[in-house]
Amino acid sequence: MSKVNELFRQDLKVINMGLKSFSQDLKKQNTEVLQVDWRPPAGGNPRMIELLNRLKNKK
Amino acid sequence: MSSKCLIKKNSYYDSVTLMIITKEVEAVAGVENAVVVMGTEHNKELLDNVGLLNEETTAASPNDLIIAVKMKNDNIFEQIVQKVDELLNKKKTEAGEDYCPPTLDSAVKFMPDSNLVIISLPGQYAAAEAKKALLKDKHVLLFSDNVSIEQEKELKELAVERGLLMMGPDCGTACINNVPLAFANAVKSGCIAVVGASGTGTQEIMVQIDKFNGGISQAIGTGGRDLKAEIGGLMMIQAIKALAQDENTKVIVLVSKPPALEVAEKVLKVLKETGKKAVVDFIGGDEQLVLKYGFLPAATLEEAAYKAVQLCSKTYEEVLNSTAPDFTDSIELVDNMAKAEAQKLKPNQKYLRGLYSGGTLCDEALKLFTKEIGEIYSNIPLEPEYKLPENTTGYKNCAIDLGDDEYTVGRPHPMIDSYARQQMILKQAEDQEMAVLLMDIVLGYGSNDDPAGSLFNEIKRAKSEFEARGQYLCVVAGICGTENDPQDYAEQVRKLKEAGVIVMSSNAQAVRFAIKVLKEVAACQR
Repeated sequence: MSKVNELFRQDLKVINMGLKSFSQDLKKQNTEVLQVDWRPPAGGNPRMIELLNRLKNKK
Repeated sequence: MSSKCLIKKNSYYDSVTLMIITKEVEAVAGVENAVVVMGTEHNKELLDNVGLLNEETTAASPNDLIIAVKMKNDNIFEQIVQKVDELLNKKKTEAGEDYCPPTLDSAVKFMPDSNLVIISLPGQYAAAEAKKALLKDKHVLLFSDNVSIEQEKELKELAVERGLLMMGPDCGTACINNVPLAFANAVKSGCIAVVGASGTGTQEIMVQIDKFNGGISQAIGTGGRDLKAEIGGLMMIQAIKALAQDENTKVIVLVSKPPALEVAEKVLKVLKETGKKAVVDFIGGDEQLVLKYGFLPAATLEEAAYKAVQLCSKTYEEVLNSTAPDFTDSIELVDNMAKAEAQKLKPNQKYLRGLYSGGTLCDEALKLFTKEIGEIYSNIPLEPEYKLPENTTGYKNCAIDLGDDEYTVGRPHPMIDSYARQQMILKQAEDQEMAVLLMDIVLGYGSNDDPAGSLFNEIKRAKSEFEARGQYLCVVAGICGTENDPQDYAEQVRKLKEAGVIVMSSNAQAVRFAIKVLKEVAACQR
């Protein structure tokens, strides 16, 4: 069975990154949801992000 | 006039929260301009445009919160900062005390059996997080826009390779296992699946299926560019293949703006292989192509829903020539209502003005109007020659998509925040030649808590301005919502009616009613 069809048979368990209102709406519907307290990586510095990505890709 | 700013280091908040707070700060007496944003380059441009970019705000990082205010007297600045703090704290309290891990990695460790990641982060960060989620074998709904088409292709290819759903970017609506996601309505469960490259198009079809007493098995959003040649329908095909194996799905509805021809053929071929019945609404696209593959085309979103519900219990032949009724109410009743409205209008009132929050609903209005009456201007015109002239709020017959980028810079989408539409209603009311004001009221999760209430005062004011000039304004609204939506459908209808609005239960019906009134007016003038 494909992973999408497996999803259709499961209870939704959601990770939400971004708008908190989406999490609140899911909670209201008794759907399990985990909100990520996301912040821009490397303080949002584009050069630093690129360096970090390069390091990760080298791993 | 003086300006002041405050930078709060390492305090990240999402853009919608900050836009709503900005609006509240702008309402404080003595404030000329307020900008409460994260220190991204894009936001610095916004600050520059209103003369609030200085050395301090330039130095802020995307992780720093900027509160910048232009005000009559700077002694109110402290009070404003206090207000921002209060509002931010209130948001935190509303969000609850649950544990919120800082990264996707830690979230997956905390909830290893999670199966879907919803991402609505700023576009420049969104693709990287979506990729991480796919590599962890999670299905993704990517709500963010400003993701490049190259990134979209890479993400969707990865999703197909791993057998996952990659809904979006710019996917506004989905309903998986009867759970509405992002902007979606609470609909009955049933045997019809919708795969949509259009957010409000998918919402309207789901809502109308519910009204015709059908139900939804799954609604899968693909993002608006999925059927472009560059992406080749990767996600629509992935979704169709999964629905082929889904025993709860008997009928499939596809909705999209007209796709690239080769992509349309590819998608229809895969749809054919499922052996399931289908309605295909390539909005305004080639109906013959759809018929060639043995599927049913639809002239409106409501008709797509109607045919899908019919197909649940009937054969293609039985449904082929059936069309949804033009109105839910009897045609005599509707004709009388239209005549009554037209009679109240003065001879110089002849134009339609549509103010839309849903792009596909606006597009549908343009198509129906063009077919029945003729030329209509818009910021999203059907033909380039009908592009709304710049710096105009209304021009001849026109319908405006207020969710388009030019109206949403620094503001939440009009489905969340009615400010842009409130202002536009008042501006349109100055035009004595307007006869009919047409609107969509989109209910459901994600949308404004009380859209009808938020427009009530402006509609009443517009009507009184016409009255003061010895005229009348006909206001028509189509509701995209169900009785199970969180806003209380009946209460929304009641508020609209109290404001003097003619309420229709679909966008197509609202447009048809507006057309009827305008035709009556034209007939009276002959």
